[in-house]
Amino acid sequence: MGLYEISLATVVGINIILAVSLNLITGYCGQISLGHAAFYGIGAYTAALLAKIGWPIYLTLGAGFCLAGIVGAVIGLTSLRVREDFLAIVTMGVAFLFVGIVRQQDFLGGEMGISGIPSPGMTKPAYLCLVLILALLAILFSWYVKRSWMGYAFDAVADDEQTAKTLGLDVKSYKITAFAMGTAMAGLAGGLYAYYTRFIIPDAFGFIQSITILSMVAVGGIGSIFGVVLATVFLSLMPEIFRFINDYKLLLYGILLFSVMRFAPDGLAGFYKLLYKKRNLR
Amino acid sequence: MLYIELFIQGLIQGSTYAIIAVGLTLVYGLLRVLHVAHAGLFTLGAYLGVVLTNQTGSLAAGIFLAAIGSGVVGMAIYRLVYEPILNRPPHVALIASIGLYIGMEELFRLVFGPFGLSFASAPLQNVVVFFDIHLRTCQIVTMITNILLLGILAWISQRTRIGIGWRATVDDPEISACFGIDPVRVRYLVFFMGSALAAVAGVLVALLSNLVEPTMGAVPSYKSLAIIVLGGLGNVTGTLIASLALGIIEAFGTIYIGNFLDRDAIAFAFLIVVLMIKPTGLFASR
Repeated sequence: MGLYEISLATVVGINIILAVSLNLITGYCGQISLGHAAFYGIGAYTAALLAKIGWPIYLTLGAGFCLAGIVGAVIGLTSLRVREDFLAIVTMGVAFLFVGIVRQQDFLGGEMGISGIPSPGMTKPAYLCLVLILALLAILFSWYVKRSWMGYAFDAVADDEQTAKTLGLDVKSYKITAFAMGTAMAGLAGGLYAYYTRFIIPDAFGFIQSITILSMVAVGGIGSIFGVVLATVFLSLMPEIFRFINDYKLLLYGILLFSVMRFAPDGLAGFYKLLYKKRNLR
Repeated sequence: MLYIELFIQGLIQGSTYAIIAVGLTLVYGLLRVLHVAHAGLFTLGAYLGVVLTNQTGSLAAGIFLAAIGSGVVGMAIYRLVYEPILNRPPHVALIASIGLYIGMEELFRLVFGPFGLSFASAPLQNVVVFFDIHLRTCQIVTMITNILLLGILAWISQRTRIGIGWRATVDDPEISACFGIDPVRVRYLVFFMGSALAAVAGVLVALLSNLVEPTMGAVPSYKSLAIIVLGGLGNVTGTLIASLALGIIEAFGTIYIGNFLDRDAIAFAFLIVVLMIKPTGLFASR
């Protein structure tokens, strides 16, 4: 593999972690989030700042993971108070607040962002392996969650919150757990991204990024690991495949997002299910 | 004097938000859809307004034609986009709408170029001094137009058969259908009026800054979503009050907390604080 393929594969790996993490919150637990990039950003900024004062990579990634998870759990608290459309707007607000605050703080680099982030201390292929291993772990973890008791509880919360409550499920803590797990993973992805580009600016974690992550989940089929991973690989590589229409890239992106929702709201997973009619989607 | 100037700036900004957000909240009330692409119609209106004003040489004709054009596109969006996916879960329409908005923004960039357009000779730019307060004529015109439009809207919804029919449909679509009100026609009407209002707001914003850009809809679109949530989704009066309040809070906030928080983030900070205290918005109707 040349350097180009390696850097492309690294991006795909990071995006898989991101998409799988949002899938935990939106797909399994049914809590729509339009602000996922904020947690990605929290992870990236934490890792970047700590790396610059000399912390080793496993500690900086861990710190990003924990901090994003903690903030995510706090945001998860809002999902107890507001629902559905209201929650979508609140999480969107979180995305704007994050960028709005970071832009104005000098110690976070303001508009200019943070540059000169130290290298991860390994060769590029080795770093790719690290990213891919973590992505695989993320996939396995979310697969495990789906099969576990908690996965069924998430399903119940997503389907019908009132009924889940009546059945004696502790809906509140399941929701907060989903948020904490998903956002912590996004934080990890952020840390990996910081080491990958070694230069971060607030706009990389803005609303557009949140929508990009959400579209990976939506195009793949909300809740389906297989579909989400497939869609992530496709959407991450799309700009490269369609390089010759670079100017129309975003247009195509918008049209794709729109047409999937308009004509095949169950995404790639919907096609798969149609082919194999295993069990009905919700 | 600074306070009064800030207050007036806030009112102008707030009344513009109101014109945009009213359409959004009406759509939500009828369809339970967060119509993000509404901001695309706002931008479309601004472009149409500038192009047509430059062509015809008359601002009034530009505004009028822009409103009609955006209104028709708004109705088309309802028919082609939302109607087929109305009984899907809410995120489906939301994501479709976001995709549509991104597509529209890009289309404007490709058609009209990335650097934006201006009026050939920007009308109403002379400064009027009024008790030591400096205002441009276009700011005054914006203010008056906004108040006038909201007044007309209030009159239609309270006093005419059309308006009563549409309020009944928002309240209870089935019962009002029993009384012979066609819910589909009401939806077309709401999409037309909402989009036309957004277009007028677009032309006025273009007039204030003498510039239309492909991305000019981005900030108003997300902000107006925050506003309609603050106003209690689907509640028109609440939306109006929330718009004006936000305009004023932003005008003062930029001065006092501007170096801690970005101007565009103030709306969302305000929103999150309010929703934590009152989860259904300031003025929940149901």
